[in-house]
Amino acid sequence: MASLPPIDVPTGATGKGAFDSSAEEARSVLFETLLRLGDDSLILGQRLGEWCGHAPSVEVDLSLANMGLDLIGQATHFLNAAGAAEGRGRDGDALAFHRDVLDFRNCWLVEQPNGDFAQTMARQLLFSTWQQLLFERLTASTDETIAAVAAKAVKEVTYHAELASEWVIRLGDGTEESRRRMQDGLDWMWRFVPELFEMDAVATEAAARGIGADVVAFRADYDARIAAVLAEATLAAPKDQRPILGGRRGHHGEHLGHLLAVMQFLPRTYPDATW
Amino acid sequence: MLDPEIPIVSIVDLGIVRDVSADRVLLTPTYTGCPATLVIETMVRAALDEAGFGDVAIETTLSPPWTTDWITESGKAKLKAYGIAPPTPAGTHAVECPQCGSTATEEISRFGSTPCKAQWRCRDCLEPFDLFKCH
Ligand SMILES: [Zn+2]
Repeated sequence: MASLPPIDVPTGATGKGAFDSSAEEARSVLFETLLRLGDDSLILGQRLGEWCGHAPSVEVDLSLANMGLDLIGQATHFLNAAGAAEGRGRDGDALAFHRDVLDFRNCWLVEQPNGDFAQTMARQLLFSTWQQLLFERLTASTDETIAAVAAKAVKEVTYHAELASEWVIRLGDGTEESRRRMQDGLDWMWRFVPELFEMDAVATEAAARGIGADVVAFRADYDARIAAVLAEATLAAPKDQRPILGGRRGHHGEHLGHLLAVMQFLPRTYPDATW
Repeated sequence: MLDPEIPIVSIVDLGIVRDVSADRVLLTPTYTGCPATLVIETMVRAALDEAGFGDVAIETTLSPPWTTDWITESGKAKLKAYGIAPPTPAGTHAVECPQCGSTATEEISRFGSTPCKAQWRCRDCLEPFDLFKCH
């Protein structure tokens, strides 16, 4: 006789017929928080990897590849922890390679296409400055993994933000063409900034539990840092446009699907492939 | 055991081995995404097996995060002899060319051949060199 599949015992089951939903809630907030952190790093890391062999110079090629590597390192830690928090036997690889586009929780900014080098640097400045401020706070997270990865990665991300600032200044305050391209890149990325500071139910709950951070608290600091770089680059801050939101709930642009097709093709086609 | 990417310094000199006890070896990665991390773990496992310590566990920790302050003095001397300028804490003193000792040096690129190194150039002997970044 065929046996029935095993029944999932919910985390909150007390074994005495009662159910404590708070454990399930805690687990789900932690899982979602780790996915957001991991997916931001993973998707931007993959984007930067697309530059490999195509950058304007070999030094820039190395910079972009190394930043991508840092980000993928973060993603590995966050997504492995997300898999452990979820408790269904998925690890970081399973989450990276076997989820579909609607299950990704990254922000819109990181999935934006590379465009030219100026557009890539605009994205990097806007994201790394935010990630640096975020990780500085997450070093105090009550979740041990988040705190440890943040403390480890904040030094690397500080470097990313500095590198991006230098390029934005150099291109913005450069030739007529570099300036035009830098401004165009900034115009493209600008509307994705408000999403970084969105406190939805999950983010609010994560901050209340001490595992996440209140991103609104460093908005002014972020704006001041970006404004200082743009001033030195003699660039104009773009006009605020209608923000695009929803990445944290799985609503993404068409670009993410194409990115995933490239990133996931091999492990999905050859599930048992190893190096 | 030597570092797979800088095969002149040992993983103890680099501060990657944090603790060794009778039943475990504790390692920490230099950079979050350092691709050498897995290679190092495999090498430690092979070395332990060869020495007859098959039961010793290998654990990896991220906390406290690795810093170049953990590189030993002998490790710094070996890096320099190999042509890699050892890390100097930011703002303390100028980067010294490992070839001629001049401090008339400049950064070419923030990132070098591995995540832990930057590319520099000496304005006196004109040689490019790797700088082990302060981290
Ligand atoms: Zn020299």
